[in-house]
Amino acid sequence: MSTQVLFGQLLVGLINGSFYAMMSLGLAIIFGLLGIANIAQGAFYMMGAFFSWLLLRELGVTYFYALFLSPLIVGLIGAAVERTLLRRIYKLPHEYGLLLTFGVLMFTQGIFIYIFQTAGRPYPVPPELAGGYNLGFMFLPKYRAWVVVASIVTCFTAWYTLEKTSLGRTLRAATENPALTRAFGVNVPALMTFGFGAGVALAGAAGVLAAPIYTVSPIMGADLIIVVFAIIVIGGMGSILGSIVTSLSLGLLEGLAKVLYPQGSNMVVFVVMILVLLVRPAGLFGRER
Amino acid sequence: MAADALRNRTNLILLAVAAVAALAAPFLFYPLFLTKVLCYALFASAFNLLLGSCGLLSFGHAAYFGAAAYVAGHAAKAWGMPFEVSIILGVFAAAALGAVFGYLAIRRQGIYFAMITLALAQMIYFLAVQLPFTGKEDGLTSIPRGRVLGLFDLDNLTVLYFTTLAIFVGALMLIHRIIHSPFGQVLHAIRDNEPRAISLGYVANRFKLQAFVLSAALAGLAGANKAIAFKLATLTDVHWTTSGSVILMTLLGGLGTLLGPFVGALITVALENYLADSGLPIQAVIGAIFILCILLFRRGVVGEAHALLDRLHRTTGKSHQG
Repeated sequence: MSTQVLFGQLLVGLINGSFYAMMSLGLAIIFGLLGIANIAQGAFYMMGAFFSWLLLRELGVTYFYALFLSPLIVGLIGAAVERTLLRRIYKLPHEYGLLLTFGVLMFTQGIFIYIFQTAGRPYPVPPELAGGYNLGFMFLPKYRAWVVVASIVTCFTAWYTLEKTSLGRTLRAATENPALTRAFGVNVPALMTFGFGAGVALAGAAGVLAAPIYTVSPIMGADLIIVVFAIIVIGGMGSILGSIVTSLSLGLLEGLAKVLYPQGSNMVVFVVMILVLLVRPAGLFGRER
Repeated sequence: MAADALRNRTNLILLAVAAVAALAAPFLFYPLFLTKVLCYALFASAFNLLLGSCGLLSFGHAAYFGAAAYVAGHAAKAWGMPFEVSIILGVFAAAALGAVFGYLAIRRQGIYFAMITLALAQMIYFLAVQLPFTGKEDGLTSIPRGRVLGLFDLDNLTVLYFTTLAIFVGALMLIHRIIHSPFGQVLHAIRDNEPRAISLGYVANRFKLQAFVLSAALAGLAGANKAIAFKLATLTDVHWTTSGSVILMTLLGGLGTLLGPFVGALITVALENYLADSGLPIQAVIGAIFILCILLFRRGVVGEAHALLDRLHRTTGKSHQG
């Protein structure tokens, strides 16, 4: 096989891995804070892509503005969902959170399919990022390089915010012990709304980044979220850096499989999940909770 | 005492009404619609056995339903197996799959259990997309129905309905028996307090796995029956939306009740039939019902009815004493 093909697929793998990383990071924040395994994360990813497409088509808002605007809209919708729906089930077992967000996923996806049908819509690569570099062993499209850099910066920013800033400390305190955090005068319910909004905005941002690479379609998020769930089972939600590393390596592994054994490439993550369950049931970086 | 006697009498009356309704139904409604309801009711009952009795939320029950549909369909179509053998092969396939997936999934608990079952089921979906014998996007079509017991032609829709009814009632009696057996009591104990059940000497994981395999096998029975009845096994049968809709049926009807899954399946199938002609977005409506059901109506139709009857019984019981 040519090195062109190999590195090309590895790059695609790295890109997918960075989408996985942003998705699972958002899921980890939400699960830590709200105890909800947000399967609707797939719908928010899809909305991120769709809003950027709509902003461009209807209002002429270009890519770089959409990169901030679209996740913001997604985050606000998320905050509204948290306020109106999720807030009512915090006292119930975690399973109900999964089921409720599953309803949100079905509803949102159903509405988008109703309006836009399932066919994919192309989103043009922004002109600033068109073209690419010839690295000798492979051709590197500028946009793909940008996606990897942008998502790694996003993940690093999220990690830095959570671990090193006072907002992050408050969020972690609320995750660890909401009652006590509240007793210190922190408005925990508002924090939870913010946390859910921020978590789904990460998915929205991944959607915007994905739009020029994959076509924009109402069903783009549902299959992705299942893979991300498997990645979370593999990595566990205990460590942020751990889940980023897991996501990127599984993306790369998928890329490698596309070259070596294309028929099985979409099953690689699930096979790894099975192996991890057999060897280290708690997950690579995980602790049960 | 008075309340108990009253409850027994209510149950008997209900049973008689159900029997008459089941016998009269094919003459009042389209038998194929009723057959569909029964297949999904059995599917939801199988799911309910796992979630209601054992507290395990499987998000991938479509895998067992769909795998059995494909296996039974293939056996009937390609191998020319009789109806009964095809169904049994489907059930065995689902049980074997359930044993493997259950073994993997019970290694984690709670929300992770659900995620694992969902991911494993997605593997089956991908396999169904790629394997040669599933017919890919088209699915397995025009599966021959054959004859039940070699005698009665299943292409007669009334025969088909009563055969499916017999399978459904038999399975429901089996489930009833399982839940009220010592085995079922241990499942309840594990559901309510797993550490305590373990400390009492029960190997919780073994019981969970057994419940999982039973549930998968019954889901397979439903899937195999559906494939033969509708002469069709498709990717929809193994898709995650099917896993979701069986959860909805169970919740809507009443989690942990014997008749709930049937009621839920009836409502959902009727609704889907109605929506298919209306031009409304089916998936969005189902999603909205899901949300409302979780927020406002967690006991489901049968659960609410039970609660209402209990209240009635308590008040009449008291008036008898007084």
